[in-house]
Amino acid sequence: MTTDTHDSASAGPPKGIGPMQRREMWLAYLMLAPTFAIILMIVAGPLLANFWISVKPVQLADLRPPTVLVNERVRGGPEAVGDSATLEYRLRNSSQDEEIRNVVLSDEIPAGFDIAEVPEPCSVDGGKLTCTLGTVAPGWRDRLQLEGTVTQVFLDADRPERQSEPQIAGEANNILTNFDFTLENFRRIFSADEFWSVLRVTFYYTIFGTGGALVLGLFAAQLLNTVFPGRGVLRGLFLFPYVSPVIAVAFTWVVLFDPFSGTLNALLTKMGVVADPINFFGQRAIEFSFLGIPMEFPLALTTVIAFEAWRYFPLSFLFILARMQSINTDMYEAAEMDGATPLQQFWYLSLPQLMGILSVLFLLRFIWTFNKFDDIFLLTGGNAGTRTLTVDVYEQGFALSNLGAGAAVAVVVFVVLVTFATLFIRFSPKEEGL
Amino acid sequence: MRPGSVILAALTGLIWGVTAMVVIAVTLTLITGEVALPQATVAGLAGLVSALAFVWWRSSGAGGGLPAWALSAAILFLVLMTASFAAPFGLPLGTTPVWQGLGLIAFVAGVTAANRVTLSGARLGQMSRYEREVIYIRIAKGIGFVVFTIIVALPFYVMVMTSLKSQQALLANPLDLSIDVSQGIDGLFRSYVELFTQFNFGRYLMVSAFVSIATVVLTLLFSVPGAYAVSRLRFPGQAFLARSVLLIYMVPAIVLVIPLYAVFSQLGLRNTLTGLLIVYPATTIPVALYMLQGYFRGLPSELEEAGLMDGLSRIGVILKITLPLSLPALASVSLYVFMIAWNEFLFAFMFLDDPDIFTLSRGVVSLNSSEVPRQHLMAGAVIATVPVLVIFLWFERFLVQGLTAGSVKG
Repeated sequence: MTTDTHDSASAGPPKGIGPMQRREMWLAYLMLAPTFAIILMIVAGPLLANFWISVKPVQLADLRPPTVLVNERVRGGPEAVGDSATLEYRLRNSSQDEEIRNVVLSDEIPAGFDIAEVPEPCSVDGGKLTCTLGTVAPGWRDRLQLEGTVTQVFLDADRPERQSEPQIAGEANNILTNFDFTLENFRRIFSADEFWSVLRVTFYYTIFGTGGALVLGLFAAQLLNTVFPGRGVLRGLFLFPYVSPVIAVAFTWVVLFDPFSGTLNALLTKMGVVADPINFFGQRAIEFSFLGIPMEFPLALTTVIAFEAWRYFPLSFLFILARMQSINTDMYEAAEMDGATPLQQFWYLSLPQLMGILSVLFLLRFIWTFNKFDDIFLLTGGNAGTRTLTVDVYEQGFALSNLGAGAAVAVVVFVVLVTFATLFIRFSPKEEGL
Repeated sequence: MRPGSVILAALTGLIWGVTAMVVIAVTLTLITGEVALPQATVAGLAGLVSALAFVWWRSSGAGGGLPAWALSAAILFLVLMTASFAAPFGLPLGTTPVWQGLGLIAFVAGVTAANRVTLSGARLGQMSRYEREVIYIRIAKGIGFVVFTIIVALPFYVMVMTSLKSQQALLANPLDLSIDVSQGIDGLFRSYVELFTQFNFGRYLMVSAFVSIATVVLTLLFSVPGAYAVSRLRFPGQAFLARSVLLIYMVPAIVLVIPLYAVFSQLGLRNTLTGLLIVYPATTIPVALYMLQGYFRGLPSELEEAGLMDGLSRIGVILKITLPLSLPALASVSLYVFMIAWNEFLFAFMFLDDPDIFTLSRGVVSLNSSEVPRQHLMAGAVIATVPVLVIFLWFERFLVQGLTAGSVKG
């Protein structure tokens, strides 16, 4: 008996779930359910759907499913009671290459129109017209004419045929939900010449954009890690690029760097630094020779990277500053006593302390920069050698109207991202809190 | 006298002279619209000589009456004026004399002060490595302050000033970024008036405000219970959830755009604000949940346990104890989410076609065409930026705490 209690005590807390814990568990699931639902719907669902679309031959135009378009009008120009008139429905299949099945037209006969003759597929039942048209071929057109006479009510009404909208029912193949699969999208994007250069540009952009933002952030944090009047103002100012809407800062950069009327180029040319204005966002490369070897400097890409570093240094600045201010100053006093110089203190004391936050920031910023679409799209539209994978998704999917190819590029984006995340998680130091 | 120390002092003066001259000449150009040619070589020389004089006068201890900085300022001024033939900014002294005078004063004061601060403790004799490094760091920090302030402030300055110009003024002299008072208040704010009257920006502003606030409310409604569950309640999968919730934030929006576009088109949600209000909270909930659960964890759970003992239900505990205690965190999460929703571009751009329901981001993009003059574009950018900057400056402390609280410990 005693040994029993001893045993269960040493085995730690009781196994299994008690009633109170079970209640807590269900409460927790209940509280998380809405979050789960919306994330499944808007994030996880589309992620899977993206894979689905990437293996289907979908064009942007296919999103509008084929329907029968109908136009109703009155012919014969009735002027007096008893005049004969024709109620005409013109029908057209909106698609040139998809048939539509089980097409049914239904409409209300306008008040005061007495029907004399009904075309073959139609029937009238208590003022309600139903025409069963069956399957219609691609590009099909037809007219249905109802003959009849009019009464005063019909003549009094203003455009009586507009009183009710004709309704069309029908089924067509929806290319999004059928089971036609193709690898054409992937074949197309991988065989394109520019794909590999897009991939290379993406990596340059991601690596240098991330590095630039981190280095600038580290420098800015060093600047503001001392107390001086106006520090709060500067800290607020340094956060401006990050807080402002991307459209505002991107267009400001475009205006600032404009080759014809931009301030920067005007300054450079008027002050005699350069002879001709530089098209910072439009010129793919500047050629120069270094030690006799002709080389190319990717100008637009560099400007875009500079924008990235400029816009996102505040984030790393904030985190690094917060970490710096939490470092114990005793250590620096001790180092000072031992005669360590300021640079030694930075290199051997501060930097190791900051390594954790720096690596976390690198990871986060690397992934976010890789995912970035807005900045490049607004600055250059992906031209002049700045097209990254994310801009390529837009280019393929919407500019070239090939949704399937866009989704295929998006799959590539996702696969590369997962690879990175896995590598980072495997090899990065474990930082508490993340 | 040690050559190393002399070179260090000379270099310091050179750097400050050149930096101050370039900055002041560019500022002068942008303020007056007259092209100032910075006489960088002359300014560097003047700075160099004055720095040497400063260090020599101070370390030789000769200074009885005249302080070293006054001597160095006088030398700076004299060298600058003689070597540049009395045209330090490459302009005849007659053009904009007031601004040139101010620029000159700023140059002398700036270089002297910079020399005085960086070279305090410097000698022409031997200096230890420690002393030299202190000077390097002061120089680096000084340049850092100047460069960072310029690269951050210049685009915003250009943005505001361009929006206040007229088309002719912009074409005539793109360097003139001064406020032209002569055109009166109406002329100054013409672009803004036209945006609000002809380009429907009042409506975009309302739509943006509505979408952002609704996103904040929805996000909090979803994420508060979720964060509470993750941080306080024990259930299988809790640790996994707490970690993986941030992974959602890593999913690129561009991967979601095509499927959402396809599905929303078929459901008729694409060109609606409802569609946006489904997508925005979904992208902000994970990060809000992550920030909130970090804060909830930091609250003492004894308070909640006391509440439970006294007969409150869990919901009661959350409403009466946890939420009032976490108002700062709620404020910072709300601000952050508001900023994300206000600044969001991609989904607004892809989903909205109808000008009646444009958000500001979408509205400004529609101004980016060759038919719309660029001061309108910049005015649109200012309209989009000002609300979010005002809110940010107002609540900066909350925001900074909230942003960094999640992952920085200790």
